[in-house]
Amino acid sequence: MFVTAAYAQSTTTEGTETHDAAAGEVHTETGVAHEGGHGSGVFPPFDQSTFASQLLWLAISFGLFYVLISKVILPRIGGILEARSGTIARDLDDAARSKAEADAAIAAYEQDLAAAKAKGNAIAGEAREAAKAKAAAERAAVEAELNDKITAAEVRIADIKAKALADVGAIAEETAAAVVEQLIGKASKAEIAAAVKATAK
Amino acid sequence: MAGDKVDPVHQFVVNKIVPIEIGGIDFSFTNASLFMVATLVVAVGFLYFTTSSRAVVPGRLQSVSEMSYEFIASMLREGAGSHGMKFFPMVFSLFMFILTANMLGMIPYFFTVTSQIIVTFALALFVIGTVLVYGFYKHGFGFLNVFVPSGVPGILLPLVVAIEVISFLSRPISLSVRLFANMLAGHITLKVFAGFVATLGTMGAVGIGGAILPMIMTVALTGLEFLVAFLQAYVFAVLTCMYLNDAVHPGGH
Repeated sequence: MFVTAAYAQSTTTEGTETHDAAAGEVHTETGVAHEGGHGSGVFPPFDQSTFASQLLWLAISFGLFYVLISKVILPRIGGILEARSGTIARDLDDAARSKAEADAAIAAYEQDLAAAKAKGNAIAGEAREAAKAKAAAERAAVEAELNDKITAAEVRIADIKAKALADVGAIAEETAAAVVEQLIGKASKAEIAAAVKATAK
Repeated sequence: MAGDKVDPVHQFVVNKIVPIEIGGIDFSFTNASLFMVATLVVAVGFLYFTTSSRAVVPGRLQSVSEMSYEFIASMLREGAGSHGMKFFPMVFSLFMFILTANMLGMIPYFFTVTSQIIVTFALALFVIGTVLVYGFYKHGFGFLNVFVPSGVPGILLPLVVAIEVISFLSRPISLSVRLFANMLAGHITLKVFAGFVATLGTMGAVGIGGAILPMIMTVALTGLEFLVAFLQAYVFAVLTCMYLNDAVHPGGH
Protein backbone atom coordinates (compact mmCIF):
# COMPACT_ATOMS: atom_id res chain seq x y z
CA MET A 1 0.00 0.00 0.00
CA PHE A 2 2.94 2.28 0.63
CA VAL A 3 4.76 0.67 -2.17
CA THR A 4 3.17 2.97 -4.66
CA ALA A 5 5.40 5.78 -3.58
CA ALA A 6 8.51 3.70 -3.72
CA TYR A 7 7.58 2.18 -7.00
CA ALA A 8 6.55 5.45 -8.48
CA GLN A 9 9.82 7.01 -7.34
CA SER A 10 11.79 4.27 -8.94
CA THR A 11 10.18 4.91 -12.26
CA THR A 12 9.56 8.65 -12.08
CA THR A 13 12.30 9.29 -14.59
CA GLU A 14 9.62 8.48 -17.08
CA GLY A 15 7.86 11.57 -15.81
CA THR A 16 4.66 11.32 -17.82
CA GLU A 17 1.14 11.96 -16.71
CA THR A 18 0.05 8.44 -17.59
CA HIS A 19 2.44 7.31 -14.97
CA ASP A 20 0.24 8.33 -12.07
CA ALA A 21 -2.57 6.28 -13.44
CA ALA A 22 -0.17 3.42 -14.03
CA ALA A 23 1.14 3.65 -10.49
CA GLY A 24 -2.38 3.50 -9.22
CA GLU A 25 -2.87 0.25 -11.00
CA VAL A 26 0.19 -1.38 -9.51
CA HIS A 27 -1.73 -3.02 -6.71
CA THR A 28 -4.38 -4.58 -8.80
CA GLU A 29 -1.67 -5.82 -11.11
CA THR A 30 0.44 -7.27 -8.36
CA GLY A 31 -2.68 -8.87 -6.94
CA VAL A 32 -3.19 -10.62 -10.22
CA ALA A 33 0.46 -11.50 -10.37
CA HIS A 34 0.04 -13.65 -7.27
CA GLU A 35 -2.35 -15.89 -9.08
CA GLY A 36 -1.32 -15.99 -12.67
CA GLY A 37 1.82 -13.95 -13.09
CA HIS A 38 -0.07 -11.96 -15.68
CA GLY A 39 -0.12 -8.26 -16.07
CA SER A 40 -0.01 -5.47 -18.54
CA GLY A 41 1.90 -2.27 -19.03
CA VAL A 42 3.18 -1.52 -15.59
CA PHE A 43 3.92 -4.92 -14.20
CA PRO A 44 7.72 -4.47 -14.12
CA PRO A 45 8.71 -7.40 -16.37
CA PHE A 46 6.23 -6.14 -18.95
CA ASP A 47 7.25 -2.52 -18.70
CA GLN A 48 8.11 -1.81 -22.32
CA SER A 49 10.01 1.35 -21.49
CA THR A 50 12.83 -0.82 -20.14
CA PHE A 51 12.98 -3.17 -23.11
CA ALA A 52 15.36 -1.17 -25.28
CA SER A 53 17.87 -0.74 -22.50
CA GLN A 54 17.63 -4.38 -21.46
CA LEU A 55 18.08 -5.58 -25.02
CA LEU A 56 21.10 -3.35 -25.55
CA TRP A 57 22.82 -4.40 -22.35
CA LEU A 58 21.92 -8.04 -22.87
CA ALA A 59 23.43 -7.87 -26.34
CA ILE A 60 26.58 -6.25 -24.94
CA SER A 61 27.00 -8.56 -21.95
CA PHE A 62 25.91 -11.78 -23.60
CA GLY A 63 27.88 -10.97 -26.75
CA LEU A 64 31.00 -10.33 -24.73
CA PHE A 65 30.26 -13.45 -22.69
CA TYR A 66 29.93 -15.52 -25.88
CA VAL A 67 33.19 -14.18 -27.27
CA LEU A 68 35.08 -14.81 -24.02
CA ILE A 69 33.62 -18.30 -23.68
CA SER A 70 34.36 -19.35 -27.25
CA LYS A 71 37.78 -17.68 -27.53
CA VAL A 72 39.22 -18.11 -24.03
CA ILE A 73 37.33 -20.44 -21.73
CA LEU A 74 36.43 -23.37 -23.96
CA PRO A 75 39.87 -23.72 -25.64
CA ARG A 76 41.38 -23.51 -22.17
CA ILE A 77 39.21 -26.26 -20.62
CA GLY A 78 39.37 -28.33 -23.81
CA GLY A 79 43.16 -28.04 -23.71
CA ILE A 80 43.26 -29.19 -20.10
CA LEU A 81 41.06 -32.19 -20.86
CA GLU A 82 43.11 -33.06 -23.93
CA ALA A 83 46.37 -32.76 -22.03
CA ARG A 84 44.94 -35.04 -19.36
CA SER A 85 43.80 -37.71 -21.80
CA GLY A 86 47.23 -37.42 -23.47
CA THR A 87 48.96 -37.89 -20.13
CA ILE A 88 46.78 -40.87 -19.32
CA ALA A 89 47.44 -42.45 -22.71
CA ARG A 90 51.19 -41.88 -22.29
CA ASP A 91 51.13 -43.39 -18.81
CA LEU A 92 49.24 -46.40 -20.11
CA ASP A 93 51.83 -46.81 -22.88
CA ASP A 94 54.61 -46.62 -20.31
CA ALA A 95 52.86 -49.22 -18.20
CA ALA A 96 52.41 -51.51 -21.21
CA ARG A 97 56.07 -51.12 -22.12
CA SER A 98 57.16 -51.85 -18.57
CA LYS A 99 54.98 -54.93 -18.54
CA ALA A 100 56.49 -56.13 -21.81
CA GLU A 101 59.96 -55.63 -20.33
CA ALA A 102 59.01 -57.55 -17.24
CA ASP A 103 57.56 -60.34 -19.35
CA ALA A 104 60.76 -60.51 -21.39
CA ALA A 105 62.81 -60.66 -18.19
CA ILE A 106 60.63 -63.47 -16.88
CA ALA A 107 61.02 -65.38 -20.16
CA ALA A 108 64.80 -64.94 -20.09
CA TYR A 109 64.93 -66.10 -16.50
CA GLU A 110 62.87 -69.16 -17.30
CA GLN A 111 65.10 -69.94 -20.25
CA ASP A 112 68.19 -69.67 -18.03
CA LEU A 113 66.52 -71.87 -15.48
CA ALA A 114 65.73 -74.51 -18.09
CA ALA A 115 69.31 -74.40 -19.42
CA ALA A 116 70.71 -74.76 -15.91
CA LYS A 117 68.41 -77.71 -15.26
CA ALA A 118 69.49 -79.38 -18.48
CA LYS A 119 73.14 -78.79 -17.60
CA GLY A 120 72.58 -80.21 -14.15
CA ASN A 121 70.91 -83.27 -15.59
CA ALA A 122 73.81 -83.75 -18.02
CA ILE A 123 76.37 -83.51 -15.20
CA ALA A 124 74.42 -85.99 -13.10
CA GLY A 125 74.12 -88.36 -16.06
CA GLU A 126 77.85 -88.15 -16.74
CA ALA A 127 78.65 -88.81 -13.11
CA ARG A 128 76.29 -91.76 -13.09
CA GLU A 129 77.86 -93.17 -16.27
CA ALA A 130 81.39 -92.71 -14.89
CA ALA A 131 80.45 -94.44 -11.65
CA LYS A 132 78.83 -97.27 -13.59
CA ALA A 133 81.91 -97.69 -15.81
CA LYS A 134 84.23 -97.65 -12.81
CA ALA A 135 82.11 -100.23 -11.03
CA ALA A 136 82.07 -102.42 -14.14
CA ALA A 137 85.85 -102.15 -14.52
CA GLU A 138 86.39 -103.05 -10.89
CA ARG A 139 84.07 -105.97 -11.20
CA ALA A 140 85.89 -107.15 -14.31
CA ALA A 141 89.25 -106.87 -12.52
CA VAL A 142 87.98 -108.80 -9.52
CA GLU A 143 86.50 -111.45 -11.81
CA ALA A 144 89.77 -111.78 -13.73
CA GLU A 145 91.70 -112.14 -10.49
CA LEU A 146 89.28 -114.76 -9.27
CA ASN A 147 89.58 -116.60 -12.59
CA ASP A 148 93.38 -116.52 -12.25
CA LYS A 149 93.11 -117.93 -8.76
CA ILE A 150 90.71 -120.61 -9.98
CA THR A 151 93.07 -121.51 -12.80
CA ALA A 152 96.03 -121.67 -10.43
CA ALA A 153 94.04 -123.84 -8.06
CA GLU A 154 92.99 -126.14 -10.91
CA VAL A 155 96.64 -126.39 -12.00
CA ARG A 156 97.67 -127.31 -8.49
CA ILE A 157 94.85 -129.82 -8.24
CA ALA A 158 95.96 -131.32 -11.54
CA ASP A 159 99.59 -131.47 -10.30
CA ILE A 160 98.54 -133.12 -7.08
CA LYS A 161 96.32 -135.51 -8.99
CA ALA A 162 99.12 -136.37 -11.43
CA LYS A 163 101.55 -136.76 -8.58
CA ALA A 164 99.07 -139.00 -6.76
CA LEU A 165 98.48 -140.99 -9.88
CA ALA A 166 102.25 -141.34 -10.34
CA ASP A 167 102.56 -142.50 -6.74
CA VAL A 168 99.76 -144.96 -7.49
CA GLY A 169 101.97 -146.39 -10.35
CA ALA A 170 104.94 -146.78 -8.04
CA ILE A 171 102.83 -148.44 -5.38
CA ALA A 172 101.32 -150.77 -8.01
CA GLU A 173 104.79 -151.66 -9.22
CA GLU A 174 105.96 -152.39 -5.71
CA THR A 175 102.82 -154.41 -4.99
CA ALA A 176 103.08 -156.22 -8.32
CA ALA A 177 106.77 -156.92 -7.72
CA ALA A 178 105.97 -158.26 -4.27
CA VAL A 179 103.13 -160.37 -5.66
CA VAL A 180 105.28 -161.68 -8.49
CA GLU A 181 108.22 -162.42 -6.13
CA GLN A 182 105.84 -164.35 -3.92
CA LEU A 183 104.52 -166.33 -6.89
CA ILE A 184 107.64 -166.99 -8.95
CA GLY A 185 110.48 -166.14 -6.66
CA LYS A 186 112.01 -163.42 -8.58
CA ALA A 187 110.90 -160.45 -10.67
CA SER A 188 112.40 -158.18 -13.26
CA LYS A 189 111.87 -154.66 -12.24
CA ALA A 190 111.62 -153.37 -15.80
CA GLU A 191 109.07 -155.95 -16.89
CA ILE A 192 106.86 -155.29 -13.95
CA ALA A 193 106.98 -151.49 -14.58
CA ALA A 194 106.01 -152.07 -18.22
CA ALA A 195 103.21 -154.34 -17.22
CA VAL A 196 101.86 -151.91 -14.64
CA LYS A 197 102.00 -149.14 -17.16
CA ALA A 198 100.12 -151.22 -19.69
CA THR A 199 97.35 -152.09 -17.26
CA ALA A 200 97.06 -148.56 -15.99
CA LYS A 201 96.37 -147.37 -19.49
CA MET B 1 8.74 0.64 4.79
CA ALA B 2 6.70 -2.34 5.87
CA GLY B 3 4.82 -2.16 2.62
CA ASP B 4 8.09 -2.23 0.77
CA LYS B 5 8.85 -5.57 2.30
CA VAL B 6 5.62 -7.31 1.48
CA ASP B 7 5.35 -6.12 -2.09
CA PRO B 8 6.50 -9.20 -4.01
CA VAL B 9 6.83 -7.43 -7.34
CA HIS B 10 9.14 -4.64 -6.27
CA GLN B 11 12.14 -6.91 -6.80
CA PHE B 12 11.48 -6.95 -10.54
CA VAL B 13 11.46 -3.18 -10.97
CA VAL B 14 14.18 -1.91 -13.27
CA ASN B 15 15.92 1.12 -11.84
CA LYS B 16 18.16 3.43 -13.78
CA ILE B 17 21.69 3.75 -12.47
CA VAL B 18 23.27 5.74 -15.29
CA PRO B 19 20.66 7.33 -17.53
CA ILE B 20 21.63 7.08 -21.19
CA GLU B 21 19.43 8.22 -24.03
CA ILE B 22 20.31 7.76 -27.68
CA GLY B 23 18.02 9.09 -30.38
CA GLY B 24 15.11 9.45 -28.01
CA ILE B 25 15.35 5.80 -26.94
CA ASP B 26 16.19 4.96 -23.36
CA PHE B 27 19.37 2.86 -23.17
CA SER B 28 20.10 3.59 -19.51
CA PHE B 29 22.47 1.43 -17.52
CA THR B 30 20.02 -0.08 -15.04
CA ASN B 31 20.15 -2.58 -12.21
CA ALA B 32 19.22 -5.18 -14.83
CA SER B 33 22.24 -4.14 -16.90
CA LEU B 34 24.40 -4.24 -13.78
CA PHE B 35 23.43 -7.82 -13.07
CA MET B 36 23.92 -8.85 -16.68
CA VAL B 37 27.46 -7.54 -16.43
CA ALA B 38 27.80 -9.20 -13.02
CA THR B 39 26.67 -12.49 -14.53
CA LEU B 40 29.28 -12.10 -17.25
CA VAL B 41 32.03 -11.27 -14.77
CA VAL B 42 31.13 -13.99 -12.26
CA ALA B 43 30.74 -16.76 -14.81
CA VAL B 44 33.83 -15.91 -16.86
CA GLY B 45 35.83 -15.21 -13.72
CA PHE B 46 34.88 -18.53 -12.19
CA LEU B 47 35.65 -20.51 -15.33
CA TYR B 48 38.88 -18.61 -15.89
CA PHE B 49 40.39 -18.67 -12.42
CA THR B 50 39.37 -22.22 -11.52
CA THR B 51 41.23 -23.47 -14.57
CA SER B 52 44.28 -21.23 -14.14
CA SER B 53 46.43 -23.97 -12.59
CA ARG B 54 45.70 -26.30 -15.52
CA ALA B 55 46.28 -29.21 -13.17
CA VAL B 56 46.34 -32.72 -14.59
CA VAL B 57 44.69 -33.88 -11.38
CA PRO B 58 41.97 -31.24 -10.95
CA GLY B 59 40.99 -29.60 -7.68
CA ARG B 60 37.36 -29.27 -6.67
CA LEU B 61 36.64 -26.00 -8.42
CA GLN B 62 38.53 -27.00 -11.56
CA SER B 63 36.42 -30.18 -11.55
CA VAL B 64 33.28 -28.04 -11.51
CA SER B 65 34.42 -26.15 -14.61
CA GLU B 66 35.46 -29.34 -16.38
CA MET B 67 32.22 -31.06 -15.42
CA SER B 68 30.14 -28.22 -16.83
CA TYR B 69 32.18 -28.43 -20.03
CA GLU B 70 31.71 -32.18 -20.39
CA PHE B 71 28.08 -31.98 -19.25
CA ILE B 72 27.16 -29.57 -22.04
CA ALA B 73 29.40 -31.32 -24.57
CA SER B 74 27.73 -34.69 -23.99
CA MET B 75 24.27 -33.08 -23.94
CA LEU B 76 24.90 -31.45 -27.30
CA ARG B 77 26.47 -34.59 -28.78
CA GLU B 78 23.48 -36.66 -27.74
CA GLY B 79 20.98 -34.00 -28.81
CA ALA B 80 22.39 -32.87 -32.14
CA GLY B 81 25.08 -35.40 -33.03
CA SER B 82 28.74 -34.70 -33.75
CA HIS B 83 27.78 -32.20 -36.50
CA GLY B 84 26.06 -30.13 -33.84
CA MET B 85 29.33 -29.66 -31.93
CA LYS B 86 30.03 -26.46 -33.85
CA PHE B 87 27.30 -24.90 -31.68
CA PHE B 88 29.08 -25.92 -28.49
CA PRO B 89 30.23 -22.38 -27.60
CA MET B 90 26.69 -21.10 -28.10
CA VAL B 91 24.98 -23.76 -25.96
CA PHE B 92 27.67 -23.53 -23.30
CA SER B 93 27.36 -19.74 -23.18
CA LEU B 94 23.56 -19.92 -22.93
CA PHE B 95 23.68 -22.52 -20.18
CA MET B 96 26.34 -20.77 -18.12
CA PHE B 97 24.78 -17.34 -18.58
CA ILE B 98 21.30 -18.48 -17.55
CA LEU B 99 22.59 -20.64 -14.72
CA THR B 100 24.75 -17.86 -13.33
CA ALA B 101 21.98 -15.28 -13.71
CA ASN B 102 19.51 -17.60 -11.94
CA MET B 103 21.93 -18.36 -9.12
CA LEU B 104 22.86 -14.70 -8.65
CA GLY B 105 19.14 -13.97 -8.47
CA MET B 106 18.85 -16.29 -5.48
CA ILE B 107 21.01 -13.95 -3.38
CA PRO B 108 18.76 -11.58 -1.40
CA TYR B 109 18.48 -8.04 -2.82
CA PHE B 110 20.03 -9.18 -6.09
CA PHE B 111 18.19 -8.59 -9.33
CA THR B 112 17.20 -11.64 -11.35
CA VAL B 113 18.08 -10.98 -14.98
CA THR B 114 16.10 -13.98 -16.22
CA SER B 115 12.89 -12.80 -14.57
CA GLN B 116 12.50 -10.24 -17.37
CA ILE B 117 10.47 -11.59 -20.28
CA ILE B 118 12.35 -9.45 -22.76
CA VAL B 119 15.67 -11.03 -21.73
CA THR B 120 14.45 -14.61 -21.98
CA PHE B 121 12.61 -13.82 -25.19
CA ALA B 122 15.74 -12.32 -26.69
CA LEU B 123 17.73 -15.42 -25.75
CA ALA B 124 15.03 -17.69 -27.20
CA LEU B 125 14.96 -15.64 -30.42
CA PHE B 126 18.73 -15.93 -30.59
CA VAL B 127 18.36 -19.72 -30.48
CA ILE B 128 15.52 -19.90 -33.01
CA GLY B 129 17.24 -17.34 -35.22
CA THR B 130 20.39 -19.45 -35.22
CA VAL B 131 18.33 -22.53 -36.11
CA LEU B 132 16.63 -20.72 -39.00
CA VAL B 133 19.73 -19.04 -40.38
CA TYR B 134 21.91 -22.12 -40.14
CA GLY B 135 19.15 -24.41 -41.38
CA PHE B 136 18.48 -22.40 -44.52
CA TYR B 137 22.18 -21.66 -45.07
CA LYS B 138 23.13 -25.33 -44.83
CA HIS B 139 20.15 -27.04 -46.45
CA GLY B 140 18.45 -24.32 -48.49
CA PHE B 141 14.78 -25.12 -48.97
CA GLY B 142 15.55 -28.66 -47.80
CA PHE B 143 15.33 -27.17 -44.35
CA LEU B 144 11.55 -27.03 -44.85
CA ASN B 145 11.62 -30.82 -44.47
CA VAL B 146 11.61 -30.06 -40.78
CA PHE B 147 7.86 -29.44 -41.14
CA VAL B 148 7.23 -32.66 -43.06
CA PRO B 149 7.68 -35.71 -40.88
CA SER B 150 8.47 -38.83 -42.87
CA GLY B 151 6.04 -41.75 -42.92
CA VAL B 152 2.83 -39.70 -42.65
CA PRO B 153 -0.07 -40.70 -44.94
CA GLY B 154 -0.83 -38.18 -47.69
CA ILE B 155 -4.28 -37.31 -46.39
CA LEU B 156 -3.00 -36.35 -42.98
CA LEU B 157 -0.02 -34.43 -44.34
CA PRO B 158 -1.61 -30.93 -44.53
CA LEU B 159 -2.84 -31.27 -40.96
CA VAL B 160 0.51 -32.57 -39.69
CA VAL B 161 2.43 -29.83 -41.50
CA ALA B 162 0.13 -27.21 -40.02
CA ILE B 163 0.72 -28.63 -36.55
CA GLU B 164 4.49 -28.72 -37.12
CA VAL B 165 4.51 -25.09 -38.28
CA ILE B 166 2.52 -23.97 -35.25
CA SER B 167 4.75 -25.96 -32.91
CA PHE B 168 7.82 -24.43 -34.54
CA LEU B 169 6.42 -20.92 -34.21
CA SER B 170 5.50 -21.49 -30.58
CA ARG B 171 9.03 -22.60 -29.70
CA PRO B 172 10.50 -19.17 -28.98
CA ILE B 173 7.45 -18.33 -26.90
CA SER B 174 7.48 -21.53 -24.87
CA LEU B 175 11.25 -21.39 -24.48
CA SER B 176 11.22 -17.84 -23.17
CA VAL B 177 8.03 -17.99 -21.11
CA ARG B 178 9.12 -21.22 -19.38
CA LEU B 179 12.29 -19.66 -18.04
CA PHE B 180 10.76 -16.27 -17.31
CA ALA B 181 7.65 -17.64 -15.58
CA ASN B 182 9.63 -20.09 -13.46
CA MET B 183 11.99 -17.45 -12.18
CA LEU B 184 9.23 -14.87 -11.71
CA ALA B 185 6.81 -17.19 -9.93
CA GLY B 186 9.52 -18.67 -7.74
CA HIS B 187 10.78 -15.30 -6.59
CA ILE B 188 7.26 -13.99 -5.99
CA THR B 189 6.36 -17.06 -3.94
CA LEU B 190 9.53 -16.77 -1.90
CA LYS B 191 8.88 -13.09 -1.29
CA VAL B 192 5.26 -13.70 -0.30
CA PHE B 193 6.13 -16.36 2.26
CA ALA B 194 9.08 -14.39 3.57
CA GLY B 195 6.70 -11.41 3.78
CA PHE B 196 4.33 -13.48 5.94
CA VAL B 197 7.17 -14.22 8.32
CA ALA B 198 8.03 -10.53 8.65
CA THR B 199 4.41 -9.42 8.99
CA LEU B 200 3.43 -12.11 11.50
CA GLY B 201 6.65 -11.56 13.43
CA THR B 202 5.52 -8.04 14.33
CA MET B 203 2.25 -9.30 15.86
CA GLY B 204 3.51 -10.50 19.23
CA ALA B 205 3.83 -13.99 20.64
CA VAL B 206 0.95 -15.56 18.69
CA GLY B 207 2.27 -14.03 15.52
CA ILE B 208 5.77 -15.33 16.10
CA GLY B 209 4.28 -18.78 16.72
CA GLY B 210 2.29 -18.49 13.54
CA ALA B 211 5.33 -17.29 11.62
CA ILE B 212 7.02 -20.65 12.04
CA LEU B 213 4.99 -22.26 9.27
CA PRO B 214 5.80 -19.70 6.55
CA MET B 215 9.38 -19.71 7.82
CA ILE B 216 9.62 -23.44 7.15
CA MET B 217 7.98 -22.88 3.77
CA THR B 218 10.49 -20.16 2.94
CA VAL B 219 13.43 -22.39 3.78
CA ALA B 220 11.99 -25.28 1.77
CA LEU B 221 11.15 -23.01 -1.15
CA THR B 222 14.66 -21.58 -1.15
CA GLY B 223 16.00 -25.09 -1.67
CA LEU B 224 13.44 -25.71 -4.35
CA GLU B 225 14.34 -22.45 -6.06
CA PHE B 226 18.00 -23.41 -6.25
CA LEU B 227 16.89 -26.61 -7.92
CA VAL B 228 14.63 -24.69 -10.31
CA ALA B 229 17.45 -22.24 -11.07
CA PHE B 230 19.65 -25.12 -12.22
CA LEU B 231 16.84 -27.05 -13.84
CA GLN B 232 15.63 -24.14 -15.97
CA ALA B 233 19.14 -23.47 -17.25
CA TYR B 234 19.40 -27.19 -18.03
CA VAL B 235 16.00 -27.30 -19.76
CA PHE B 236 16.87 -24.24 -21.82
CA ALA B 237 20.13 -25.85 -22.92
CA VAL B 238 18.51 -29.22 -23.68
CA LEU B 239 15.79 -27.62 -25.78
CA THR B 240 18.42 -25.53 -27.55
CA CYS B 241 20.22 -28.76 -28.44
CA MET B 242 16.98 -30.28 -29.74
CA TYR B 243 16.16 -27.26 -31.87
CA LEU B 244 19.71 -27.14 -33.20
CA ASN B 245 19.30 -30.79 -34.15
CA ASP B 246 16.52 -29.69 -36.50
CA ALA B 247 18.91 -27.24 -38.12
CA VAL B 248 21.63 -29.87 -38.49
CA HIS B 249 19.39 -32.77 -39.55
CA PRO B 250 16.13 -31.31 -40.94
CA GLY B 251 14.78 -34.66 -42.16
CA GLY B 252 15.63 -36.57 -39.03
CA HIS B 253 12.27 -36.88 -37.37
